[in-house]
Amino acid sequence: MSTIENKIKEIRDRVTDAIKNAATLEFLNDLRVKTIGKKGELTEIMKSMKDIPKEEKPKFGQLVNELRNEVEELISSTTTRIKREIRQRQLEEETIDVTLPAKKSERGHKHPNQVALEEIERIFTGLGYKVVFGPEVEYDYYNFEALNIPADHPAKDEQDTFYINEDIVLRTQTSPVQVREMEKGKIPIRMIAPGRVFRSDEVDATHSPCFHQVEGMVIDEGITFADLKGTLEAFAKKMFGENTKVKFRPHHFPFTEPSAEMDVTCFKCGGKGCRMCKGEGWIEILGCGMIHPNVLDRCNVDRKKYSGFAFGIGLERIALLKYEIDDMRLLYENDVRFLKQF
Amino acid sequence: MDTSKRWLNALVPGLENISDKDYADAMTLSGTKVENYKRLDKNLEKITVGEIVSIEKHPDADKLKVCKVNIGNEIIQIVTGAGNVETGQLVPVVLSGGKVAAAHGDPKTYEDGIKIKKGKLRGIESDGMMCGIEELGASRDQYPEAPEDGIYVFNCEGSVRDVKPGDDAIEKLGLRDTITEYEITNNRVDCYSVIGIAREAAATFNLKFVPPVVPETGNGENINDYIKVTVKDTDLCSRYVSRAVKNIKIAPSPLWIQDRLIASGIRPINNIVDITNYVMVETGQPMHAFDYNTIRGKEIIVARANDGEIFKTLDEAERKLDKDILMINDGEGAIGIAGIMGGENSKITEDAETVIFEAATFNGTNIRKSAKRLSMRTDASGKFEKGLDPELALYAMNRACALIEELGAGEVVGGCIDIYPNPAVKKIIEFEPESYNRLLGTDISKEDMLGYLNNIEIEYDEKNNSLIIPTFRQDLNNDADIAEEVARFFGYKNIPTTIPKGSNAGLEIGGISVEERIKNTAMDSLLASGYSQIMTYSFESPKVFDKLKLLKVAAARKTVEIFNPLGEDYSIMRTLPVNGMLTSISTNYNRNNSNVKLFEYAKVYIPTEDKNALPTELEKLTMAFYGNGDFYTLKGDVENVFESLRMNKRVTYKATSRRPFIHPGRQADIYYGDKYIGYLGQIHPDVADNYNIDTEVYMAVIDTETLYDYASFDIKYAGIANFPAVKRDLSLTVERTVPVGGIEAVIIEGGGDLLEDVKLFDVYEGDRIDTGLKSVAFSITLRAKDRTLSDEEINNTMNNIIGKLEAFGAELRK
Repeated sequence: MSTIENKIKEIRDRVTDAIKNAATLEFLNDLRVKTIGKKGELTEIMKSMKDIPKEEKPKFGQLVNELRNEVEELISSTTTRIKREIRQRQLEEETIDVTLPAKKSERGHKHPNQVALEEIERIFTGLGYKVVFGPEVEYDYYNFEALNIPADHPAKDEQDTFYINEDIVLRTQTSPVQVREMEKGKIPIRMIAPGRVFRSDEVDATHSPCFHQVEGMVIDEGITFADLKGTLEAFAKKMFGENTKVKFRPHHFPFTEPSAEMDVTCFKCGGKGCRMCKGEGWIEILGCGMIHPNVLDRCNVDRKKYSGFAFGIGLERIALLKYEIDDMRLLYENDVRFLKQF
Repeated sequence: MDTSKRWLNALVPGLENISDKDYADAMTLSGTKVENYKRLDKNLEKITVGEIVSIEKHPDADKLKVCKVNIGNEIIQIVTGAGNVETGQLVPVVLSGGKVAAAHGDPKTYEDGIKIKKGKLRGIESDGMMCGIEELGASRDQYPEAPEDGIYVFNCEGSVRDVKPGDDAIEKLGLRDTITEYEITNNRVDCYSVIGIAREAAATFNLKFVPPVVPETGNGENINDYIKVTVKDTDLCSRYVSRAVKNIKIAPSPLWIQDRLIASGIRPINNIVDITNYVMVETGQPMHAFDYNTIRGKEIIVARANDGEIFKTLDEAERKLDKDILMINDGEGAIGIAGIMGGENSKITEDAETVIFEAATFNGTNIRKSAKRLSMRTDASGKFEKGLDPELALYAMNRACALIEELGAGEVVGGCIDIYPNPAVKKIIEFEPESYNRLLGTDISKEDMLGYLNNIEIEYDEKNNSLIIPTFRQDLNNDADIAEEVARFFGYKNIPTTIPKGSNAGLEIGGISVEERIKNTAMDSLLASGYSQIMTYSFESPKVFDKLKLLKVAAARKTVEIFNPLGEDYSIMRTLPVNGMLTSISTNYNRNNSNVKLFEYAKVYIPTEDKNALPTELEKLTMAFYGNGDFYTLKGDVENVFESLRMNKRVTYKATSRRPFIHPGRQADIYYGDKYIGYLGQIHPDVADNYNIDTEVYMAVIDTETLYDYASFDIKYAGIANFPAVKRDLSLTVERTVPVGGIEAVIIEGGGDLLEDVKLFDVYEGDRIDTGLKSVAFSITLRAKDRTLSDEEINNTMNNIIGKLEAFGAELRK
């Protein structure tokens, strides 16, 4: 065996040992440079090949190349091993206490009236209704007269209505929007009109001088009381749950005839009777009816061709009942501890 | 309106077989809404009439007595502390194991009553309890003969209750009854009476309504020989009926009248007063009685009062009248306020011999307004103000006279004065069954319809195919009204439920409006930035303007004023959306809520020059917060709102101090492009003090209408830049007072099309720089869409920027 062969063997034994025991990538890289780098031991040996006999050159060349390949492979696998070890250590070091509190940016909350309104809007826009608005400071004509509420009607008393002057009031209901919509002269109509209304009620747990209603109106050919019932029953089931039952009771409003009030089965007890429904099992939700002939006539709607229904929903009433809010004043105090629950 | 079930049963035979609950449910569904009903004998069990046969002192207690009481079939021993017991008294006795409704001298209500058990009182056995009227759930208002304190005694002076030991005491007190309370809608004047309710009940249960029989009354004399009646103001009195009764014998009413009045919540007084009250409850027609002897000139004149006239009503109060109040006068002056209350000078006393009864129809609106002006809403005015059927007046009068004769309370004088210039006419409405079915969506037969209508006394004239409407149904005028009557008795629940088919011709596609979509989108941005939505009142106090430090001449002080506010605090419509927000901020601050961010969509109401025109309603988006963040945080939140609405033009801020409620050095107008769209700033510390807020509050107010103008939902993809950007930093020295916004504007102008972005990254004032100066540093990004910028282009652009900055007065720091 030649000295070169011996030398190669010696390098192999030393280098493979060293690589196998390498602990860092830096050390490994060093070793690579020293062994197979441009000025590494193997490169030096290759350079010394010019001194050996020609016929032995292929054999030596093969030996050196084998060793070079062997070293490269070994370095490569060791690199992978070390990297894995480093990553492993990193993961261990990076382990955190997942139960520490969350860091979140505080999001805002909608007002409960808004939440209830959006639910109502979603249902009726789904049925093809458009959402329209009217003025809050309104002519007496739209708020009363056009709605078949004559000048001497008790509802017009100052104890119920805020007056700006003889002809202008703070609207007491969203119903004037019915008239304004009919006056546009475009029939059929399917609309809801949410908005703020005012009544001269002192503030207490169930009253507010300023509150909201959602008016609804449909005018088309052949609209019937049965349609009114079907529509509002569909609304109640969407709003309060599929198991909700409804009950229509005859009632009186000057601008509808026949008129009704709709009760729904109590959404807390399901109709068995509880504190919320005062043991009745039913909760009054809205007033409705077929649009009164006098109203249609006044708005120049051809009664021979068209009929319609209308309804009015108290938004606060729905919000208070549905979200089980026990005092109406909370809605206008705006304490964030209240708002955050919606 | 409350009614006694027993009274109704008498008018509607068969009704007694219907349970209270079934009655309430069915009446509600046919349109007479039952609010609640109460059994008067609730929690009254095993209560019998007992006779006290002996009384002995309790051996060990001075205040107790030991009574032997005969309860019919046995004699029991009862120990009592009542002071009014005497032998021979007939008293209600609750036997051991029975129940009473309430405890003596205890205002508490006992939902399940109080059980009475056999026991010992100071060692002496007591086998029950003798009851006071309160223990029976009743009061002295209804049973005035009951002692103020002590056991109820059947055989006391003035009592008409005939009992013997062993009788059912509850029955004998008229308490085996149910009182039903209704919510009567104001179109159904006729239902404010027992007869009206009975008629509805009969129709609801398909039973027969048997009205009271009113026989002819009167002696051979003529009323016209007693009195003359003139109605001057027939616009306020459409009918005036008058009859006389002589030889009055004042006495207690018989039991059946007393019990019915008691059940109706009216205290029995004497036969004459009770009859007028009874007839009012039964028919709905108020009546009045004058003492004939006090009527001067023997005439009655119905006419308006004089302004400023003073009149003493029978409650002995002096009332100041005006010319819109209708009065009943005699030959010399006023003796009653029409429809509201009689006068002190003509009231019935114990020695009355002859009375003049009045049953009139007064104008409802006038009575309502007069009663309100006089602040004296009485039982009578409450009935009149709904507008009574004039036909009722004569019926009620004759019913009262019949009761006088039946009770032997006096001698009815023959004849009747009836001033009724324009008698009510029964309305005729065409019978249109198809129209009713079309409106209701039903298929009810003509016969069924006529059946329902007949039950409520609407007659059918077959020859003319018309319906004859009784005068007491003044609310029925057209086909829709009749359709409702049909529907009520067909049953609303039997009407099918359908979804509108309609023609749909030309129906617009539904959905929310663009404006609402814009508001909702802006709201999403606000919610994401942590703002919670509030709602505040539209009206406020004019004092708010002082709280906000507004000048006396400030335009915002011109407001829409409420003529009849709930008080000064709610007397003007807001012109600024600030007070409600600051009040809510203050509420939260003073409740120690930290880091509060709020927003509101609030309308303001701007008065117009023309008083007959509606004010202008403008919507404002108000945002405010305290806690984490500063002026610039608020700017960011505001700009996020604009970005959410794709308002991509440059937003600029101009410093101002024009709003006195905002810090003069931390206040800006907001411009979108060159359009003013709102303002923001820190609330002035003085104003914060006025709202008890001891921290910095930042607030922005955006004109929501401008969002409608500039928001866009039009999305166009602009591509991603393919060519590299070049970043250059510029450090400048300027005078301290120069706003950074102005420098930015110069850079933007100088940068032209190639300028992609300019960002401030440092502002410095201090030791390392001359006083009066500040250093500002910007990072400038240049990029072209279609090419890589050459060094020359970059240098030219930068030089252009620098040139303009130097012209602006900025000095480049090297």
